[in-house]
Amino acid sequence: MQFSFTDDQNMIRDSAREFMSERCGSQQLRHDLESAENFDPSLWQTITQELGWAGLSLPESVGGSGLGMVELAIVLEEQGRCLYGGPLLASVGLASAILLECPQAEAREAVLARLASGEATAALAITGDRGLAGLDAIDMTLHEEQGGLRLDGVASFVLNGHVADVFVVAAKDQRAGRSGYAVVAVDTTVSGLRVEKKLAMDTTRPYARLTFESVRDVVLLAADVDGRTIERGVQVAQVALAAEQLGAMQAVLDLTTSYVSQRVQFGRVIGSFQAIKHRLADMMVICEAARSAVYYAACVVDEYRADPVTHAQELAEAAALVKVHCSAGFHDVAGNAIQLHGGIGFTWEYDAQLFFKRARATYNLLGAPVVHREHIARLMGLDDDKEVA
Amino acid sequence: MKIRFTPEQEAFRAGCASWLQQQMEGPFADIRGIMSQTFRADRRLEWERVLGQARWSVIGWPEKYGGRDASLAEQVIFAEEYARSGAPGRVGHLGTELAGPTILHFGNDLQRERFLLPIAKGEEFWCQGYSEPNAGSDLSNVRTRARLEHGPNGPEWVIDGQKIWTSLAQFADWCFVVCRTEEGTKGPAGISYLLVPMKQKGVTVKPIRQITGDAEFNEVFFDGARTKAEYCVGNPGEGWKVAMGTLAFERGVSTLAQQMTFRNELERIVEAAKSNGAASDPLIRQRMAEAWVGLRIMRYSALRMLSRATTGSLGGEALTYKLHWASWRKKLGELAMDVAGAPGELCVGEGYELADLPYLYLFSRADTIYGGTNQIQRNIVAERALGLPKEARGDR
Repeated sequence: MQFSFTDDQNMIRDSAREFMSERCGSQQLRHDLESAENFDPSLWQTITQELGWAGLSLPESVGGSGLGMVELAIVLEEQGRCLYGGPLLASVGLASAILLECPQAEAREAVLARLASGEATAALAITGDRGLAGLDAIDMTLHEEQGGLRLDGVASFVLNGHVADVFVVAAKDQRAGRSGYAVVAVDTTVSGLRVEKKLAMDTTRPYARLTFESVRDVVLLAADVDGRTIERGVQVAQVALAAEQLGAMQAVLDLTTSYVSQRVQFGRVIGSFQAIKHRLADMMVICEAARSAVYYAACVVDEYRADPVTHAQELAEAAALVKVHCSAGFHDVAGNAIQLHGGIGFTWEYDAQLFFKRARATYNLLGAPVVHREHIARLMGLDDDKEVA
Repeated sequence: MKIRFTPEQEAFRAGCASWLQQQMEGPFADIRGIMSQTFRADRRLEWERVLGQARWSVIGWPEKYGGRDASLAEQVIFAEEYARSGAPGRVGHLGTELAGPTILHFGNDLQRERFLLPIAKGEEFWCQGYSEPNAGSDLSNVRTRARLEHGPNGPEWVIDGQKIWTSLAQFADWCFVVCRTEEGTKGPAGISYLLVPMKQKGVTVKPIRQITGDAEFNEVFFDGARTKAEYCVGNPGEGWKVAMGTLAFERGVSTLAQQMTFRNELERIVEAAKSNGAASDPLIRQRMAEAWVGLRIMRYSALRMLSRATTGSLGGEALTYKLHWASWRKKLGELAMDVAGAPGELCVGEGYELADLPYLYLFSRADTIYGGTNQIQRNIVAERALGLPKEARGDR
């Protein structure tokens, strides 16, 4: 038990922070928001080709560096600090998480290899237009037809789907004699697939809505009868998302601390008033709790991957708790940041609004806290039969 | 970064778990799971002695002072198993967690030889002489004073003044007293940290009945009380540093034992909710989940804090820890009472005897006050961690 970064992990953190703050500051972000991709493709190329972050946590067998979730979380945290809108979270944090739950077959390895090298990015398509969480939200069907596969339906809220090369799709398995779910990969160029970019309240990252009409060019990755492949993949994805939320909430806390240390009213900096200090202290409590939760959950993911049978329950718990705390916490911290900035916090020009909107967007993504608290209530045994004392 | 224990450490876990289980199912079954600090005091003091004889009282201490030189991981494991076994709260904790570590760290060899072994063996109990009627949050305002006198027993400190909110003073053999030893000083300067025997003519302990009906804390009056000149920890006049050092030990491994107690409390609430139907209320379920999340995170923050302890620096997780757990437990108390419902408002026995959940509800109101109120904690976080301006004093 040593719950602190190793020297190597500290090095990754330092270099990620340096790179992101140099290359992806507020000005760059504003510039990116105006572009079609919502991020700078040449910067993304540097990230994949020179820094190797796309393959950081992917297995060496597909050309990755074979590091774990802790290292990925470190990098995602630093990207979150800058509200980076590039595809690392969507492709590696979310889509790869599902891929790694699928059986290790040639088709899966081929997709992962493209992601690890940075040659392609993936996006995860697991929910319909209502944007709910869980297997019930899947609005896609997989049929068998003339010896081939056919995919139909709608997938919405597909993060970074507007730029993805490949979609990892969850569908209801309606092939003859089958039940449950299936995970498939679909290239973005196949016929019958329409990709619409959806502008969102969170301008830092758009969604895509995908319409599949008799799409036949489908690669089956997993027949997921009980939905476990998808559920566990999503649990891992929640940890990745929470790491990004952690970075963003820390950054907006830092931004606010710095603002109240400079803003003078009544002849003193407003950060000297207890009304302000105490609220900032409460924000810091939330951030530190988030940090503990995220890195613990990242460790659990690594242990789960080494020994899925033993650690499945712990993964479910850790994933629910990070999603609950980081989503509610980030929203709280970003909301307080606006309040403590006063009028300037409410302007389009100032970054506080970007953090607030990112907080809101990630609040719902992969399930809102209310949904995961209910999961936890069940995991706590609130529905188990009463024990006889 | 690793969260798992090694097989050797797990074997250690099995060893302490089985010893604790034997005790709690056998000779000490009668005090298992007691929440109140004062209930069945005689048996609790006996339990402290048994822990000490078996060398389980202070396992992180050096062997020659009654410990086992246990590693951090082993201390974590023992703390967890201690609470899991249902063993009662440690009546000796002011000695084992505060006085002992302070003497070990800031004391001299003479003090270590004199005081540590009796603490480890459960032979001498301690209390903490910090707060005064006019020095609560503003601790450096202490007025209790001590002067050095050369009498027939050699040089001695003679102490006059009053302490308040002194937990477990009624059982204590010794008190670590923060007092002023330099006339005319104000604030942190001129304060000394003295170790004073409680069982003497010049010390009077008066219990204060608290919100729960118990009298766990006391007023302590020093009226010409005496202690040897050599029982001053650190140099005379430089005791403030030592006093603050003692508070830092509150963030030690004992926090994990405290969390396991919290876990037991949450489990009791879950059981109560399942038996009275509250478990099917969607709002109660959300609050239960929130409590569970907060408790888990507390554990991870404690592990972070302890993992960093070896480097000596105090991180954000340590500075925010008290605020986190105190606010959490107050909410837990409210949840407990909401789960209990109206029946929770009735006493369960003769006198003012409360069931566990109502007791927790009332007791948890202390958590956001003692050891630094939430308001003081927020100042500390804002000033020390976030670098915001310090509060101005009105009198200096």
